[in-house]
Amino acid sequence: MSVPPAGKQAFVRELLGRSDYAIIGDIVEPGTKVLDLGCGEGELLEWLAQNKGVKARGVEISGAKVQRAIARGVSVYQGDIDQGLADYPDHAFDYVILSQTLQETHRPRKVLGEMLRVGRRAIVAFPNFGHWRVRLSMLVSGGAPRTKLFPYEWYESPNIHFLTVYDFENLAALERLVVERRYFLSGHRKVTLLPNLLAEVAVFLVSAAG
Amino acid sequence: MIVEANTVRFDSISLDSGATLAPVDVAYETYGRLNASKSNAILVLHAFSGDAHAAGISHEKGKPGWWDNMIGPGKAFDTNKYFMICSNVLGGCRGTTGPASVNPATGCPYAMSFPVITIGDMVRVQRMLMDWFGIPRLLSVTGGSMGGMQALEWAVSYPDRVVSAIPIACTTRHSAQQIAFNEVGRQAIMADPDWNEGNYYGGKPPARGLAVARMVGHITFMSDDSMREKFGRRLRGKETFGFDFDVDFEVESYLRYRGSEFVNRFDANSYLYITKAMDYFDLTNGHGSLAAAFERTEARFLVISFSSDWLYPSYQSQEIVSALRARNCDVAYVELESNYGHDAFLVDVAEQTDLIRGFLASTVEKAA
Repeated sequence: MSVPPAGKQAFVRELLGRSDYAIIGDIVEPGTKVLDLGCGEGELLEWLAQNKGVKARGVEISGAKVQRAIARGVSVYQGDIDQGLADYPDHAFDYVILSQTLQETHRPRKVLGEMLRVGRRAIVAFPNFGHWRVRLSMLVSGGAPRTKLFPYEWYESPNIHFLTVYDFENLAALERLVVERRYFLSGHRKVTLLPNLLAEVAVFLVSAAG
Repeated sequence: MIVEANTVRFDSISLDSGATLAPVDVAYETYGRLNASKSNAILVLHAFSGDAHAAGISHEKGKPGWWDNMIGPGKAFDTNKYFMICSNVLGGCRGTTGPASVNPATGCPYAMSFPVITIGDMVRVQRMLMDWFGIPRLLSVTGGSMGGMQALEWAVSYPDRVVSAIPIACTTRHSAQQIAFNEVGRQAIMADPDWNEGNYYGGKPPARGLAVARMVGHITFMSDDSMREKFGRRLRGKETFGFDFDVDFEVESYLRYRGSEFVNRFDANSYLYITKAMDYFDLTNGHGSLAAAFERTEARFLVISFSSDWLYPSYQSQEIVSALRARNCDVAYVELESNYGHDAFLVDVAEQTDLIRGFLASTVEKAA
């Protein structure tokens, strides 16, 4: 499997309009097996299949999104993430992706553990609750923070487990996970300094120790 | 698209019961063209009361096929791309050998001397038909209800002969509830004195029993919602109750119509044999577990269920999907929202069309 020309990748990134997708596209090695949890309409999986020759599978709770994913030729299963993971044998995938969903799961630690049972590596992307705008919003308003990345009223928010870059690093250490790569983003820009303060989105590539 | 039924005769077949049936006629229709590499063939498997006439307008009766809205140029199963084959099942009464066929040994219809058949036997006959066509691998096997059960059987029994499978609104084995409804149908037929231990050919068929069996069937094909929408408590051609036992309600009229219409096109003994085959069907037979049954399966799967289908509920489709995932097979699954109950696989065309079109296109791409 040859790596596609960089120009096309950049174009698709713009098309997808999600900076974390672009990073994930860079991380995933060609010809691997990938499971995307909460894959939506399968845009990322379709792109990975066409450009990286991966075997792409997805889990998505919304029937309407699953329909569109299957219609575009991606093998997606309608179900919740917990159920989706339980069926698979150990190390069925090279990568298990969880993009902007960890903060919505009821038991994030369990999900992370299952991801690393089913996959050799996990790619976790999440909005950073430690970003300065979030801190400022709360400081100034005194209410639950609302920003571009956290646009919901507290009573409508799907986010139930808020976490920061710092929190994820601590959890990784607690679970003895190996952080192989970490990316910090603000819009489409990479953040190099003070990620916990300046990153809007963090992407971690982790694997189990040993 | 005017289509004609064809029949091919095979010398004999050994059945799961140990019996041998000879000869076996198989009625089939085809739509589209088989390509030079014979890689574009899709086998369509009909449900309990279906037949080989899946699409087009029949040459004989001028009627559209049972899945005509899904099969044809530009449709979900695009006959400009794919070569579609549909045959009547073994034990049927629409051209393929069944209990109404003449036993060459006696010169009389088999009736109840016809051997009990299984879904596995039906699929074995279909495999003989594919050999006869010279088709080494089917691009897909697909069908709803009993058709989906046959598609599963294909994937398990002949894993090297199927590239993909699309089982719709079906199960790996009948539940007690499904067996129960089939048994009510069988008992209704056998309780009709005209059934006469199955020996009614040339005489009066057990029309009342068969009609009642079909009425029960039609209730299970619909949903509470779809029946409320379609009939409610509306009266049939009257303003007040008749205070007798003629038809009062629309729903009664509908069921009676469906029952009597069915009698004209279906053989009561076929009803007994085919429902028995469905009840015996259990994909785990001889394998221990569902995951073990799929051990040699390399096909891609698209599994579809319908939210209001209480005859083949979604949990049964999810069992298929769970087992396939345990085998790390390539499987897509969706439960489509529908009010039509089990009938949805015949009625809800638009949503299935997008799914099937995309799934088949990606299957062709991956197979290339």
